Amino acid sequence: MGEITPSLLMLQLMTGIGLGAVYALLALGLSLIFGMLNVVNFAHGAFFMVGAFMGVYFLALTGNFWFSLVLTPLAVGAIGLLAERFLVRPLYGRGIDYPLLLTFGLSYVMVEAIRIIFGIEGVSTSTPAELRGAVNLGFGHFPLYRLFLIGATAVVVLGLWLFIEKTRYGLIIRAGSRDPEIVRVLGIDIARVWLLVFGIGTAIAGLSGVLAAPTRAVNPEMGISVLAESFVVTVVGGMGSLPGAVVAGLLVGIVYSMTSLFMPELAELSIFVLMAVVLLIRPQGLFGKAGQMG
Amino acid sequence: MNQAMTLANSFNWIVRHRVGAVLFCLILFPLLMPYEALAINILIFGLYAVGFNLLFGYTGMLSFGHAAFLGVGSYLCGIAIVSGGWPWWAAIVAGVAAASLVGLVIGYLAIRTRGIYFSMVTLALGQIVYYVFYKAESWTGGENGLRGIRVEAINLLGWQLDFLNPITKYYLILVFVAAALWFVSRVLNSPFGAVIEAIRENEQRTAACGFDVARAKLLVFVLSAAVCGLAGALRALHLSIVPIDSLHYLQSGQAVMMCLLGGMGTFFGPFVGAALFLYLEDVSTAVTTHWMALVGVVFMVFVLFFPKGVWGSVLHWLARKAATEKP
Repeated sequence: MGEITPSLLMLQLMTGIGLGAVYALLALGLSLIFGMLNVVNFAHGAFFMVGAFMGVYFLALTGNFWFSLVLTPLAVGAIGLLAERFLVRPLYGRGIDYPLLLTFGLSYVMVEAIRIIFGIEGVSTSTPAELRGAVNLGFGHFPLYRLFLIGATAVVVLGLWLFIEKTRYGLIIRAGSRDPEIVRVLGIDIARVWLLVFGIGTAIAGLSGVLAAPTRAVNPEMGISVLAESFVVTVVGGMGSLPGAVVAGLLVGIVYSMTSLFMPELAELSIFVLMAVVLLIRPQGLFGKAGQMG
Repeated sequence: MNQAMTLANSFNWIVRHRVGAVLFCLILFPLLMPYEALAINILIFGLYAVGFNLLFGYTGMLSFGHAAFLGVGSYLCGIAIVSGGWPWWAAIVAGVAAASLVGLVIGYLAIRTRGIYFSMVTLALGQIVYYVFYKAESWTGGENGLRGIRVEAINLLGWQLDFLNPITKYYLILVFVAAALWFVSRVLNSPFGAVIEAIRENEQRTAACGFDVARAKLLVFVLSAAVCGLAGALRALHLSIVPIDSLHYLQSGQAVMMCLLGGMGTFFGPFVGAALFLYLEDVSTAVTTHWMALVGVVFMVFVLFFPKGVWGSVLHWLARKAATEKP
């Protein structure tokens, strides 16, 4: 191992934030769906993976990264809409385990569908031409793409926040997550709101897939470990809490990249240990409300 | 006495002697299977699903981390034989003990959460075990798995048994499965068994009745881990290797699938589920490499339309028939 300098630490910190941005997006989608529908989407990793494949596909088709950045979340969100309408919806009111089990089965089907369409090997990716190269941040050169990743996440988080806090639809979503019965009594078709939220959540998973694709291997199994990692983020941040998802996402990313600098063999393990520690000290997560774990 | 009474009576008789009834089926089972290795797999995974069912079906706690116990049981049994040179029976004890210990630690952390969180937390804690064994290459063989668990002959009080003969192997493993089933049945019939089912039905009320819910949950978690650890240890002896995948959460997912396909909260259901799952795998892998898609679709159909599973639906139908035909 080379000498550890402050600038190396800063670069590694930035790498961690870049990684954490993807985690934050994943946990946002997961938390959004959970907070509203009380459904843990076990196919979230699969939606992420489908997003990565579609991103690569649309990029090859249109030759334009920005098109694929817009088209992919829409396409993945459309799959999410279909999944909610025809698979998850019949299970509402039948116990919280059933949607979880169903989405677990769905993830198998999605992984195999991608294997059938794109083959089992995965596809090769490259950073889009306009985002290649590195930027001098004062303490060293940092890849432009990862900087873009952080910026894009910030934009999505800001947009989602504005949507939920400042718009009429967001108001309905917030009310619906607090008391769906009352919202229904007020004459709002809550089933459509749920459908929309599931669509948005999966679209964000797809977006994180397309954003993460150039930074990792794109293969049908890529969503499998991502699912476990996004669970860690959600548990650390506090389930259903959107600020919790963002903060915990960044924290997990930073912990991962710092451990891989100092003790590379423990990198994968570190984030799970972080979760165990949080569970011991604060079982409801950093931003969760006490008693919400039940 | 009319025929209907006989049905109700025989139904009750089977329920009372459930261990015997299951064993009767399992003793005849190898005759029905295309080859013995599949029968042994079903036996072992049936036991794995029984252990999981204790927690999911009877206590209502959906764990996604049970691969940790199957895998630790396998690995410790294997390591005891490969590195320690222990006799096979001591290795099985080592596997079960290690799985129970891991169950105690994971259980202690996980029962702080409920419902969906419990599923997520057990999944993540199980992945810790996966990565630990993945990295401890000198002990576990890392990515390649643990190899060279050689048990060729088993000396039973001077009686030499050929462990390489699949039929002998099946019945030898069945002895352990039978002991575990008897144990599980005793647990379920005990007052403790009533407490865990009460927790499934209404946790708050159980606590209000004065039962120590947290302790009961932890105990059933450890018992469940021990049964899965036994399944793991037997699997290590059967396969002679331990693949690293046996610790992955997808392996935990298999227990969930088998349990639900067969019928959660039923005594025989896990074996039916294991048989269905593995038979489906066996038949469909011959036709296509994409058999997991088929498994996923079948599983979703069961979740949507037959949540009681195959055996649970049969039991439901029998119980209703017996009830309506009673005078």
